[in-house]
Amino acid sequence: MCGIAGYFKLNDTTDLPDEQLIGRMIKILHHRGPDEIGAYLDDLCVLGQARLSIIDLSTGSQPLCNEDGSIWISYNGEIYNYIELRDELEKAGHRFRTRSDTEVIVHAYEQWGRECLSRFNGQFAFAIYDKKQGSLFIARDRLGIRPVFYTTHNGRFIFASEIKSIFCDLSVPRHLDLKGLDEIFTWWTTAPPRTAFDGINELEAGCYLEIKNGQVSNHRWWSMDFPTEFDRSRSIDSWAEELHELLVDSVRLRLRADVPVGAYLSGGLDSSATTALIKHFTETRVETFSIAFHDKAYDESEFQREMADHLGTNHHQVSCSYQDIAENFPHVIWHAERPIVRTAPTPLYMLSALVRRNDFKVVLTGEGADEIFGGYDLFKETLIRKFWSRRPDSKWRPLLLRKLYPTLPLSPGRARFYLETFYKKGLSQTDEYLFSHLPRINTTVKLKEYFTDDVKAQIGDHPSLEVFGRDLPDQFDRWHHLLRAQYLEARSLLSGYLLSSQGDRVSAANSVEGRYPFLDHRVVELGSRIPPWYKIRGLNEKAVLKRAMKAELPSRIVNRVKQPYMAPDSNSFFCDNRPAYIEELLAEESLNRAGLFKPSAVNKLKTKCGRLSHAHLSFKDNMSFIGILSAQLMVQRFVDQFEPPSPPTSDEYSVWHDDRRGI
Amino acid sequence: MDVRAQLRGFIVDNFMMGQDATVLTASGSLLELGIIDSTGVLELVGFLEETFQITVEDDDLVPDNLDSVDNLVKYIQRKSNS
Repeated sequence: MCGIAGYFKLNDTTDLPDEQLIGRMIKILHHRGPDEIGAYLDDLCVLGQARLSIIDLSTGSQPLCNEDGSIWISYNGEIYNYIELRDELEKAGHRFRTRSDTEVIVHAYEQWGRECLSRFNGQFAFAIYDKKQGSLFIARDRLGIRPVFYTTHNGRFIFASEIKSIFCDLSVPRHLDLKGLDEIFTWWTTAPPRTAFDGINELEAGCYLEIKNGQVSNHRWWSMDFPTEFDRSRSIDSWAEELHELLVDSVRLRLRADVPVGAYLSGGLDSSATTALIKHFTETRVETFSIAFHDKAYDESEFQREMADHLGTNHHQVSCSYQDIAENFPHVIWHAERPIVRTAPTPLYMLSALVRRNDFKVVLTGEGADEIFGGYDLFKETLIRKFWSRRPDSKWRPLLLRKLYPTLPLSPGRARFYLETFYKKGLSQTDEYLFSHLPRINTTVKLKEYFTDDVKAQIGDHPSLEVFGRDLPDQFDRWHHLLRAQYLEARSLLSGYLLSSQGDRVSAANSVEGRYPFLDHRVVELGSRIPPWYKIRGLNEKAVLKRAMKAELPSRIVNRVKQPYMAPDSNSFFCDNRPAYIEELLAEESLNRAGLFKPSAVNKLKTKCGRLSHAHLSFKDNMSFIGILSAQLMVQRFVDQFEPPSPPTSDEYSVWHDDRRGI
Repeated sequence: MDVRAQLRGFIVDNFMMGQDATVLTASGSLLELGIIDSTGVLELVGFLEETFQITVEDDDLVPDNLDSVDNLVKYIQRKSNS
């Protein structure tokens, strides 16, 4: 984990700002890289870096260059196969000065140009300045684990790991993008390049940018892909065996670090699997980290404890109350930089703080397994709805829906009719690309009822429903329904919420780097080749993964009903001793000033959420409350009260390379 | 206050915070209008039981009883008389 930032001149008439700006831009990313800072400057380009040192602690400082100083890099992330790539590059005649993976990228770029990306196994966002070409090359990993944002302003291209760094240039406008807000209140995320801020772009996962001759061009270099036909003769055991072997290798690669590596343990299958693999196939002494909830409806500590005992790990736990969520929520929004509709990232923010307090910088987690191997209820819903849609009048087909959500306090049993009717909406739309996501979307779009008329008018007929359907792969319509749902989930929620608001941003906030064995691209690509019927068998989710991990996990963990990770939502904000910001931001005057939501409607919602316990609040009301509060926090923190930090002093820099001729 | 007015007031205040109340017609389906979702029904049932002193059986959870203001009014009258 690190923070990167910089700018690049787009035309001759522009001057680059003085070095104070890059200093501020790096300083505001201090949490991402507290160990070192560095900068490279010339008359065309400025690169900054805040480093969290993990590999090659002594000589891996950045920005870093090639042998003749013609290529400079500022990089955030890990290339796990850097040792193998380095061997290959040395054989091709490249000379290395450090042991870092950063230098491997520089030489790989020299050797293979843009094609170097497909050789990297890792999670990264980096900027390479090629002085001979007069170009800047910015790339992001396949699934969007590490972030990078950019804008063009006053003849300059500006980029950074986080938007707040770009805002350190106070001449860059800072206001919410209402169309972005509309997309979040549809999909829980914006569709890149759109973000929650007007004029600020996100480089999409699997894409790169080239900036040359004053032009910025965007290219896709990787996309999730699925076959249209599957080999029916291969057994689930054969797939499970191949998967197991690959997961062992993926975990081994992700333990490459010159600092100790910990593991998150949620109590579910995925993180239990990654932790078990560390224990059984490597020499690493495992320390595990978990969240426990005071509210037992969300708590999984019994299973976490069982798994920690089973593996004999040194286990750490942070306990999360309603008040903890209310108090930490504003920090989470500051880091997430987008409105969210669930509080679930907040406990993860507390968890990374626990990791840091125990002097760990790196954790392995189970993120991604649900997307790759079909773990979510949304996927099962899709299959049931597809099955039901073939006989829409069937009385018994929809009864399968009752098998979903058995763990929620809101058991569907009593409200069977409503559940069925809810899911029946859109049942005839099986050909639409978002068929799988309609139930979730139909609930989320209700949040827009709170928008003021002025906001609605400005959003106009912006087609939020279509934003992820604009550049689907050619074969998309020929894919199995589960695979379409997986693609859409990875493209939207995985990158735009789970790996960002609930991933990178809340771990980087406490200078902790997450590593994701299930998101090794070889695992993802194997997952794509496994037939859909081995992912969800009947209604048994992640069947092939369970088969692969059976020997290493207690049967109670493998066979337990999947509990979706959630945290207490709006109830948290009505606890005793709640922080004052809640009332302030939801007061009529604040709402009017921000102009986003109708005060009378918000007031009714607030009254209702304060009155009813969680068991009686609908998803819609919970999401509305969290969405509105987070949007109000966004306005407060980024629009009204934003202030750049003071720049570092010159002796704080580990690297300061000034090639400017203009001075 | 009559049953219909109490019902309407509850639905408008609890399920239609941001919406125009005229959307709620006497015979419109609460589900199809997107006013009540699968968890909202529990809240509605709680309100019916507390306000009108009736017990809503599981078998009563069908659209003919609950899915519009008209149907709800008829259902409450039937239950209160039995």
